[in-house]
Amino acid sequence: MARKRLIQAINEALHEEMARDPKVILFGEDVEISMFGDTAGLHDRFGPDRVRNTPISEASLTGMAVGAAAGGYRVVLHMMFANFLYTGFDAIANQMAKLRLMTGGQIELPITIVAGYGGGRSTAAQHSDTPYPLLMNLGGLNVAVPATPRDAKGLMKTAIRGRDPTVFLEAGGRGGESGEVPDEEYLTPFGEAAVGREGTDVTIVAIGSMVRPAMRAAKLLDGQGISAEVLDCRTLVPLDEDGILRSVAKTGRLVVVDEARDRCSAASHIAAVVAERGFGSLAAPIRRLTVPDTAMPYAPVAEKHLLPDREKIVGAVKVLMAGSAP
Amino acid sequence: MQQNSDKAFPNRAPTNGQLLSMFERMLTIRRFEERLGEDFHAGKLPGGVHLYIGQEAVAVGVCAHLDDRDRIASTHRGHGHFIAKGGDPAPMVAEIYGKRDGICGGMGGSMHVADVSKGILGANGIVAGGIPIAAGAALAAQLDGDGRVAVCFFGDGAANEGVLMESMNIAALWQLPLIFVCEHNGFSEFSPSDTVTAGKIRERARPFGLPAELVDGNDIVAVWRAADRAIDRARTGQGPSFIEAATYRIRGHLEAEAHFLSRSYRSEEEVERWRRNDPIDRLSRHLLSSEICSEAEIAAIEARIQNSVEEAAAFAERADLPDADRAPGLMFAGPAPGAA
Ligand SMILES: Cc1ncc(C[n+]2csc(CCOP(=O)(O)OP(=O)(O)O)c2C)c(N)n1
Ligand SMILES: [Mg+2]
Repeated sequence: MARKRLIQAINEALHEEMARDPKVILFGEDVEISMFGDTAGLHDRFGPDRVRNTPISEASLTGMAVGAAAGGYRVVLHMMFANFLYTGFDAIANQMAKLRLMTGGQIELPITIVAGYGGGRSTAAQHSDTPYPLLMNLGGLNVAVPATPRDAKGLMKTAIRGRDPTVFLEAGGRGGESGEVPDEEYLTPFGEAAVGREGTDVTIVAIGSMVRPAMRAAKLLDGQGISAEVLDCRTLVPLDEDGILRSVAKTGRLVVVDEARDRCSAASHIAAVVAERGFGSLAAPIRRLTVPDTAMPYAPVAEKHLLPDREKIVGAVKVLMAGSAP
Repeated sequence: MQQNSDKAFPNRAPTNGQLLSMFERMLTIRRFEERLGEDFHAGKLPGGVHLYIGQEAVAVGVCAHLDDRDRIASTHRGHGHFIAKGGDPAPMVAEIYGKRDGICGGMGGSMHVADVSKGILGANGIVAGGIPIAAGAALAAQLDGDGRVAVCFFGDGAANEGVLMESMNIAALWQLPLIFVCEHNGFSEFSPSDTVTAGKIRERARPFGLPAELVDGNDIVAVWRAADRAIDRARTGQGPSFIEAATYRIRGHLEAEAHFLSRSYRSEEEVERWRRNDPIDRLSRHLLSSEICSEAEIAAIEARIQNSVEEAAAFAERADLPDADRAPGLMFAGPAPGAA
C-alpha cells in the first residue's frame, strides 16, 4: 500500500495496461505533455505509434475511437474536459452506444473515454459540466465515476480490459484526492457500490466527487447521534441497484448526493429505482441533493451556492430524520 | 477568379490619425492584460486567463473597420477582441474578478466576456464555438440588408475543427457577409501547430471560393489593409473572405501553465525572437520615425492608459460580489410580455 493521488493512480493503471497489452492505444489533445498528469510519461514509454497527440477535432476523435476499436485495438480516448464530449457527441451517441446492437452483436467496442468533470474551480459554464446523466441515458455505455485513487485505478483497468465502451469521468479539481492504493494487481468490478462507511439510520448514496463530502457529513452526524451509511456508486452503468436497496432496507432512509443538475440526474434515477423496488422499506421520503437546473456560474460565491457540500448533506439528513418516525 | 479580384477592391492605407488610435487601442489591450496576468499570479482572480499579448495587431487591425452594429465572435483568448471592438475594459476586468458589476454580472468570467450592445457576442470556452455563431450573425446581417458584417476570430488550433469547413461552405454558398480571421499564433495549447495541422490553413478556404490571404499579423498596417478589403467585400454583398494572420503567443497558453506542466514546449530563444517582432513596438517605431507623433505624445498615451488600468482594477476590487443565488434566475428569459 502507498498513498497516491487519484490522478497518479489513473496514470499507473494506464502504464500497466499499456505494458500488459500491446493492443491498447491512447490518443487525445495534448496527451503527450499531459495537462492533468493522467497520461504523463506514456508517450515517452510507449512511443508515438501508440500514444498520439491529436488536433482539436473531437467529432473525428470519437468516431475514430469506434473505427480503431472495430479494427481490433483497445482504445483509450482522452477528451480533456467532459464538456468537450458534447463536441464529439455524435459518434458517442449514434455509433459507439449503438453499433453492437445494430450489427447484431458483430462489433465489439473496447473503448475507454477519459474526461475530467465537475465544478468548483471557477472554470465557468463550458468547463464544469457533470454530464453522466446524459451518458447513462444512451444505454450502450458503461459509466465509471471513481471517488478514490484505489477505485480509480481498478475501474480504469476494468474499463480497458472490457469489451464495451466506458466513459470514465475523473473528478477534476477536488478529485485530486489522496488515498491508499494496493501495490499488487487488482481490478475493481463494475456494478458494485462500495460501502464507504456503515450505518443504520440513513443511507447516503454519493457519486464521484460527492463521496468525500458525504463521508465527512457522516462523520459529523455520527457525533450527533445519527448513524449514516455511505455508499459510493463507483459505476452508474451498471448500477448496483441491489446494493443500494439492501442498504435502504436496513436504514429506511435515503439521501442521494449528485453533482449533476437535478432534472433527470443520476440521483433521480436512483430515487426512482428505490421508490419502485424498495418503497416498503422507506420510513421517510427520498431526498435528492443535486445542483439546481442552471449552467455553472463563474463567481465563486454563486458557484459554491449551487454545489452540494458537507453542510447541505448534514442539513438534508437532519430534515429527513426529523420528519420521520425514529 | 477570386484571387485576382482583389484589384477591384480598395487599396487604402490607414491615415495617421487612424494609426494613432490603433496604437492606443493596442497598448490598452497590452497594459490591461499585463495587469490581469499580475492579478492572476497574485491570486486575485478566481479563474484562469488566456492572454492575447503579442497578438494585439490582429484584433485591432480588423476591428478598426467595424462599428457597434457589426458583430464579432471570439475565443477563449478574448480580452483583446473585446477591447478592440470597443468594449469598456473596466467592466471586463470586474467580470474577470467575478464581480456583480462585471460585464456579465460575474457569471461568465474571462472566457465569456461579451457586450452585446457593442456587437461583441462573446469570448468562447469551446474551441471553434464562435465560428458558426458569427456565420449566423452574418445571416442575420444579410437578412437585414443594411451592410453590416460579422467577423469570427479563431486560432490555428480551431481550424482543425470540422465546423470551420461546414461554416465556410455555407458562408460561401449563401454569400454571407462574414470574415474568417484565423490567428495563427504557433500553438494549439502546448502542441506546436505543425504537429497537429496538415497543409496551410488559408488553403482550406480556397476550394470554397473564398478569397484568402496570409498577412503578417504583427504588422498593424498589413492587417488593417487585408481587413479593409475583406470587410469591403462583405459590406457590398460580395460574400465572405478568409484572413490568416501569422502571429505569436508570447505568454503561456494560460497563465497557470507553469504550475502544472512538467516540461516546456518551446524554446526561450523562439519567444525572444518574437518579442523582438512585437506589434506594438513596431508600430511605435513607425509612428516616431515617420514623425506621426512624438515621444512625448506616446508617453502621454501611456500615462492615460496606465491611469485607466489603475482605475479599472480599483473599480473591480471595490465592486460587490454577485448575489449567491444569482444564477438560476438567469437561465430563462421567461414568457414574452403579454403572453399568457
Ligand atoms: C472543443 C474544445 N476542445 C478542446 C478545448 C481545450 N482547448 C482550449 S484552448 C485550446 C487550443 C486552442 O488553440 P488555438 O485555436 O490555436 O487558439 P490559441 O489558444 O492558440 O489562441 C484547446 C485545445 C476546448 N476549449 N474546446
Ligand atoms: Mg493557436
